[in-house]
Amino acid sequence: MTNTTTTVTPIKISSKRSAEDRAFRGLARGAGLGTFVILFLIGLFLLIEAIPAFRSQGLRFFTNTGWQTTGPHPTFGVLSALTGSIIISIIGLAVAIPVSLATALFINEYAPAKVLGFVPVKNFLTAAVDLMAAVPSIIYGMWGFFVLQPHTTGLEQWLSTYLGFIPVFKSSTGLYTSSFLICGIIVGIMCMPIITSLCREVFSLTPNGEREGAMSLGASRARVIRDVVFPFAKGGVIGSIMLGLGRALGEAIAVAIIISLAFPINFHILQAGGNSIAALIALNWGSGGSLGTSALLAAGLVLFAITLIINMVASRIVNASMADRR
Amino acid sequence: MTSVSPPAKIAIKKIRPREFKPSDIGILALSVASSFSIVWILFFQLTLLSGALGFVVMWIPIFLFMYWLVNRQLFTRQVAIDRLIGSIVTLGALLMMLPLVLLAIFVFERGLPLLSWHVLTHTQQGVVYTPGSHDIGGVAHALVGTIEQVIIAAVLGIPAAVLTAIFINEVGGNFTKSVRVVVTAMSGTPAIVAGVFIYSIWVTRFGYSGFAGALALAIILLPTVTRGTEEVLKVVHNDLREASMALAAPEWRTVWSVVLPTARSGLVTSVLLGVAVSIGETAPLIMTIFGNQVMNTNPFSGPQMALSLLAYKQIKVPLQSQIDLGYTAALILFILVFTVFILARLLAGGAGKGKGSKRKALMARLRPTPGVAMEVMDDEADLPETEYEIEREQVSNAAQPRKGNDDE
Repeated sequence: MTNTTTTVTPIKISSKRSAEDRAFRGLARGAGLGTFVILFLIGLFLLIEAIPAFRSQGLRFFTNTGWQTTGPHPTFGVLSALTGSIIISIIGLAVAIPVSLATALFINEYAPAKVLGFVPVKNFLTAAVDLMAAVPSIIYGMWGFFVLQPHTTGLEQWLSTYLGFIPVFKSSTGLYTSSFLICGIIVGIMCMPIITSLCREVFSLTPNGEREGAMSLGASRARVIRDVVFPFAKGGVIGSIMLGLGRALGEAIAVAIIISLAFPINFHILQAGGNSIAALIALNWGSGGSLGTSALLAAGLVLFAITLIINMVASRIVNASMADRR
Repeated sequence: MTSVSPPAKIAIKKIRPREFKPSDIGILALSVASSFSIVWILFFQLTLLSGALGFVVMWIPIFLFMYWLVNRQLFTRQVAIDRLIGSIVTLGALLMMLPLVLLAIFVFERGLPLLSWHVLTHTQQGVVYTPGSHDIGGVAHALVGTIEQVIIAAVLGIPAAVLTAIFINEVGGNFTKSVRVVVTAMSGTPAIVAGVFIYSIWVTRFGYSGFAGALALAIILLPTVTRGTEEVLKVVHNDLREASMALAAPEWRTVWSVVLPTARSGLVTSVLLGVAVSIGETAPLIMTIFGNQVMNTNPFSGPQMALSLLAYKQIKVPLQSQIDLGYTAALILFILVFTVFILARLLAGGAGKGKGSKRKALMARLRPTPGVAMEVMDDEADLPETEYEIEREQVSNAAQPRKGNDDE
C-alpha cells in the first residue's frame, strides 16, 4: 500500500465576520440610520430658515390670523391656516372612513375571487385602490374644481338654506364655491386608498379559528364582521385612520386649486374661502419677500411637526397591533 | 348546488347565510328602482334641488332603509341586518371606484382633443397669454423635465430604499424597530414639506434646478419603496437564508444571490409603484424646480419644468386654450403613471398568476420534502418537466389548492 500523503488544510472556522460582510452591514446600517438623519435634517433646516419669521413675530406666530409679510409692520400667523387644515381633514376623514372601511371589508369578506368564472373582482379592486394612491394630486384637484364643484354647490345651497341655523352650515356670503366642504371631499377621496389598503391588511390578519368558529355557530357575515373582525382590528383601524389624517393635513395641490385663500378664522364649511397650511405654502410661494419665504418655511415646520407626531403615534399603533397577530 | 328542500312541517323557512336567489335579485332591483323614484320626486319635483352629489347623498340612505324594510318584512330581522350590512359594504366599494372612473373619463375627455405631435414636440417658448393668440405652445420642456427628474430621483432614492429595507429585514440590530417607525412616519410626511426642506438645504445655496426637484422626489420615493421592499423581503423563506448560510456563504452573498433574486418580481413592483407616485408629485416642485417656459435639458442648472407643475400653472391662466393645454399635460401625466402602474402589476402578476400560482401551490405541497426549497431560489427557472407534469395533475385534482390570498 503506497502511502500518498496529501496534506489537507482544514478550513479556518471563525465566528468573526469577514471584512466584506462588515462593510455590507455597515452600508445597510448607514442607510437605515440615514432615514433618521433625513428626518432630523428636515427639522433642523426648516428651523434655521424659519428663524427670521419667528424673530419677527415671536409666539404671536401661533396666534395671529393674518398673513402680511411685507411693509413696515408685518403681522402674520399660522392659526387660521392650521384651523383650516384641521377642518378640511375632519371633513375628509368623515368622507373617507366609511367608504374605506366598507371597501376593505368588501375586498376581504365579500368579494368573490372570480365573478362569472373570469372577472377577478378581488384582484381588480385591490389594484384599483393602489392605482388611486398613485394618481397625481393635481388630477384630483382639477377634477374637484372643474367637475365636482358644480355638482356640489346645489347641495351646499340646500344645506345652508334649510340647516343654516346650525352654525357650521351658515353661509353669510351666499357663495358656495371654493369652500372647505369641497376641499374636504377631495382630500377624503385622496385619503381613501391608504386607509383602505392598511385596513384591508389589518382585517386579513383576523385569526381564522375565531372566524370559522363564529360561522359554524351560524353567525351571518354581518355578525362575523361585528363580533370577530372588528374587535381584532380595532387598534390597526385607528392607526390607519391616523395615517390617513396625516395625509389629509398635508395635502397641498388639490386644496390649493380649489380653495380661495381667506385669512379670517372660519368655521362655516359651506362658505367660499378658507385656508390650509399646505395650500398656503403652495399658493404664496415666491411672494412676500424674504420674510414671506421664511414665514412659509415656518408654516412648513409647523406642518412637519404635526404630521410627524401623528404619524409616529399611528405607526406605533399599527405596528403593535400587527405584531400581535403575526 | 341544489339545496335540500325543508320538510313541510317546519313552519319557519330557513335561510342559509349566503343564500341569494333570483327572487332576491328582484327585491334588490325593485328597492333600487323605487328609492330612485322617490328621491327623484323629492329632489327635482318637490324641493327643486340640483347637483348630482346631493342626489346620490339622498338616494343611498333611502335605498338602504327600503332594502332593509323589505327584507325585514319578508324574512327575519337577522337576514335583514345581514343584507343591509352587505349592501352598505358593496355600496362603499362602488363609491370608492366611482371617483377613479370619473377621473379617468375626465382627463381623457378634456385632454385628448389637444393631444398632438405638435404639443408633444413644442415648448412654451415665446407663447403669449393674450386672447386670440393662436400658438398654444406645447409640453415638450415639461416632459423632458419630468423624465429627467424622476430618473435622477430613482437613481438616488431606490438604492437607499432597498438598503434600508435590507437593514430592517436582513441585518437587524437595535434600531430596527425605530427605523421602521421612522420610515412609516416619513411616508406620511407631506410632499410639500419635502419641497420646503430641499429649498432650505439646497436651493438657498445652489439655486433652482431640476436636480433639486429630483432630491425632493427622492425623499418622497424613499419611504414608499422601503416599505414595499420590506414587505417583499419578509415573504422570502428562512430556509433559503439558512441553506445559503450552511454553504458558508457570507452574509452579503446570501442577500445578493439568494434573497434579492427570490424577491425579484416583488422588488420590481415596489420600485415601480414608488416611481409611479413620484412622477405625479407637484407640490415639492414649486419650490425646487420653479418652472420655466423654455427647454432646459440640463437638470443641474437653472429652472426646469415638469408635467405636473405645468398643469398646475396652466389652469390658472385665464385663457381657455391654455387651460386646455393644462388638461393635456394632466392626461400625459395620467398615461405615464398608469403605464408604470400597469407595468408594476404585470410584473407582480407574473409571480402570482397562471403558472406561477401553480408553482406556489406545488411548493406548498412539496414543502416537507427536504432540498426542494432550493428550487425557489431561481424564480424564473422551470421545474423539471416530468416532475411538474405529475405534480400539476395532483394539484388540479386537489380541490382549491390555494386560498385566495397568495398574491400577498
